[in-house]
Amino acid sequence: MGSAVNQAAFFEWLCRIGDNCLILGHRVSEWCGHSPVLEEDIALANQALDLIGQTQFWLGLAAEVEGKGRTADQLAYLRDAAAFRNVLLVERPNGDFGNTLMRQFLFDAWHIELLRALEKSSDARVAEIAAKAVKEVAYHLERSADLVIRLGDGTEESRARMQKALDTLYPYTGELFMADASDEAVVAAGIAPAPASLKAAWDATVSQVLAESTLTHPGETYQHKGGRKGVHSEHLGYILAEMQFLQRAYPGATW
Amino acid sequence: MYAQMVKSEGMKSREDMTPEEIAFQERIDRGEKIEPKEWMPEGYRKTLIRQIGQHAHSEIVGQLPEGNWITRAPTLERKAILLAKVQDEAGHGLYLYSAAETLGVSRDELLDALHAGKMKYSSIFNYPTLNWADIGAVGWLVDGAAIMNQVPLQRTSYGPYSRAMIRICKEESFHQRQGYDIMMKMAAGTPEQKEMAQDALNRFWYPALMMFGPSDKDSVHSAQSMAWKIKINTNDELRQKFVDQTVPQAHYLGLTVPDEGLKWNEEKGGWDFSEPDWSEFFAVIAGNGPCNTERLEARVTAWEDGAWFRDGLMAHAKKADARRAAARMAAE
Repeated sequence: MGSAVNQAAFFEWLCRIGDNCLILGHRVSEWCGHSPVLEEDIALANQALDLIGQTQFWLGLAAEVEGKGRTADQLAYLRDAAAFRNVLLVERPNGDFGNTLMRQFLFDAWHIELLRALEKSSDARVAEIAAKAVKEVAYHLERSADLVIRLGDGTEESRARMQKALDTLYPYTGELFMADASDEAVVAAGIAPAPASLKAAWDATVSQVLAESTLTHPGETYQHKGGRKGVHSEHLGYILAEMQFLQRAYPGATW
Repeated sequence: MYAQMVKSEGMKSREDMTPEEIAFQERIDRGEKIEPKEWMPEGYRKTLIRQIGQHAHSEIVGQLPEGNWITRAPTLERKAILLAKVQDEAGHGLYLYSAAETLGVSRDELLDALHAGKMKYSSIFNYPTLNWADIGAVGWLVDGAAIMNQVPLQRTSYGPYSRAMIRICKEESFHQRQGYDIMMKMAAGTPEQKEMAQDALNRFWYPALMMFGPSDKDSVHSAQSMAWKIKINTNDELRQKFVDQTVPQAHYLGLTVPDEGLKWNEEKGGWDFSEPDWSEFFAVIAGNGPCNTERLEARVTAWEDGAWFRDGLMAHAKKADARRAAARMAAE
């Protein structure tokens, strides 16, 4: 019931999902024309395209819920870093192709669980966006899990690279399951699942894929956080400087 | 047109042809398609490999100047459209490498030749994209010029190439429209946006004209390719057609074509226009364009940095095969 929920909390929550899609889509799109094989160029462009499309829906709804006359584009292009709500994981630099794939896999394994739960959201608009996105993300996960397995159980070098990527990125996954008052408000309204409720399924997917890939699960590690509250890494500022350049340099122009 | 100055074989007169060659030429003259397993003169096969390979390379190198603006696209919609377009270009590369493979050359061999500088890609992609209107100009002018050449190539004599062209042309005409749509927004926008649009046209006009290759009088490779229907129109015919189509579009945008010699010629029913600076064209082809070094380096780096990825996948495939074989043995 969208009307029963605190609109500020709902807006905050929508920005979190939308910003995850936007920033990850941006990172993935950086590979365009530079990936190891033509099929990967195609797959990554497609994935970035899906994520940007999902951004348009989520931030579009965020703007509507906020009710201040802003648009999805204004949210994407005219907020500064502290107003962004994405998790730190998605703003991690691409690194090598293995790092990019591992980041994608850890995110996809969470994203799919979130979207499956959101298909049952009490807010029809949320459920509708989730129903569309879940089909795309099922494919993202199928692909990223498959590549993690094949590269983990590939050559010595590919295994070493994937293990390093996993060890580097795993400490950024905990933030996906953290909750604050905004989350509690949307959970109470039946809009979204409790973040922690997605953890068991995520753990199961990650453990199964890592086992098959012969990679070593990092186990309990320190977990970084901050992005969901607007406290980001230094990387986000550069992403936004690039992404927002035209809108900032030529205010008010239409494109 | 993404194939320029493709080396062809010398034209053979009918007296010099073997009976097989005569029969082959007659099939082409009747408008029959040549398919992969069928007999073909070695020169036909080699010329096609060069032409299709160059075209494929152009598609993948062509990702770079447009990819240059994906992260800076000014709206979410523009970003999504540009991503879809660049994805299409990579897909065109895939069809074309596959078409080339039917002639007995592997994609890896073609890429090795590209990386070693032994095969070319279209000169146009050695020009930089400096402002957002360049993305409009690339769609409008570069894809526009490509379509001019590729539409007739749908009727080319080699079956797989012809079928690839049919698919590619459908997508290219969408690309051209999106490019023109960006130009319309820019030309009708703020003074700064108009300035970007004019600047983009100024920089891309002559390089776009060069895409059709040198003038017919200097084009040594055309006659045999035209007899084989690997090439359908001459360079100058296509260039004239392109200018005639594009000039009114520029006028509609309120932009000035950067050619003082541009004049409507009532008699020929087309525009008279100035030739591009061919010395610049040959310099770019020789490797001295503004972006030759970066473009090739980007491709080589992508390939070399990706070696571990490709090797990893191959190693996994071998292991998986071995495991399946072992499981089969155990079951027997």
